[in-house]
Amino acid sequence: MNKSAESIALNLIRRNFNIKNDDNKPLIALAGNPNTGKSTIFNGLTGLRQHTGNWPGKTVNRAEGYYRYKGREFLLIDLPGTYSLLANSTEELIARDFICFARPDITLVVADATNLERNLNLALQVLELSTNTVLVMNLMDEAERKGIKIDVKKLESCLQIPVIPAVARDGKGLEEIKKTCYRIIREGIKFKGIQMSYSREIEEKIAGLIPVLQRNLTFLEDKINWRWLALRLLEGDKTILYSISTYFPVYREAVNIIQKGDVQLDGVN
Amino acid sequence: MLLNELAIEQVAEITAVKARGRQRRRLLDLGFIPGTKIKALRKSPLGEPVAYLVKGTVLALRKEEAELIEIRRLENE
Ligand SMILES: Nc1nc2c(ncn2[C@@H]2O[C@H](COP(=O)(O)OP(=O)(O)OP(=O)(O)O)[C@@H](O)[C@H]2O)c(=O)[nH]1
Ligand SMILES: [Mg+2]
Repeated sequence: MNKSAESIALNLIRRNFNIKNDDNKPLIALAGNPNTGKSTIFNGLTGLRQHTGNWPGKTVNRAEGYYRYKGREFLLIDLPGTYSLLANSTEELIARDFICFARPDITLVVADATNLERNLNLALQVLELSTNTVLVMNLMDEAERKGIKIDVKKLESCLQIPVIPAVARDGKGLEEIKKTCYRIIREGIKFKGIQMSYSREIEEKIAGLIPVLQRNLTFLEDKINWRWLALRLLEGDKTILYSISTYFPVYREAVNIIQKGDVQLDGVN
Repeated sequence: MLLNELAIEQVAEITAVKARGRQRRRLLDLGFIPGTKIKALRKSPLGEPVAYLVKGTVLALRKEEAELIEIRRLENE
């Protein structure tokens, strides 16, 4: 597909998430654990240029806004806070589907600097899905108060993505976030992003499954992360098939056959 | 000993997570990881779920979930 056909197709998928972006602003999603300062960053960046409502068909709050930097506009989406991206709850399903299907140009993972272990778990899950990721290490004031020191440079080289320290409540780090996003978009920078590797047995299953999926879901081509999809299916996650048929109705039939009516969608509405 | 047997205010270390598949993954994602310290904070009025402090965050588990987590009691500090 050529560039403009591609962006039309992407805009159509994004409409499922109520994103109207006909002027193709770069799309930035804010993800992270609950209570890490996502909305504080969202408000700090967008100011009054935002509107709130619900995610389509769900009773979960949704906030969308934009900000301008160096003459360019960026569209920002505040995702629900989650501990994981495995679609165990409506919030997790929204966050997962947004990153997977709406494919934000950048996902900012907002982490609590006082609780790295818990927060990096989610950051690694996001990275496994999309390497267009930047880690915002927020609540640095709290970390300092507790005597926690974070080696940002070391973390960057471990994760192979940018890491930006922030104290969002005081507006610290926002300028750096805007600058970094601007550069990523303008220069088309792609990050390597650390990738989890699994046991040989699982890696062999992934390698075997990917070509089968690619043969059967040809329309998805470069619209999905195949390794990630294979992992979900090996894990027995059927919500991902349901989501594929939602965002790619052409596969509704195929997915119904795979599911044979035995899909469990408890807690997913 | 299982996590659902831990009394309020008591602390323990998680020694094993007996759940399988997606439920196991979910509990691990929530921070119920072997080797982690855990404290029972409070019960809801009906006896469950129970709120636990684990890896710096308060999380509530139902009895069926807590029963899947093996623990070793620790002395309160
Ligand atoms: N000390 C400190 N507090 C902060 C900082 N950033 C945000 N907060 C506070 O942390 C609390 C949570 O912030 P929110 O922005 O609502 O967090 P959130 O990630 O949107 O939370 P959920 O949407 O519930 O997941 C608020 O009381 C903020 O004022 C910071 O850098 N330092
Ligand atoms: Mg919020």
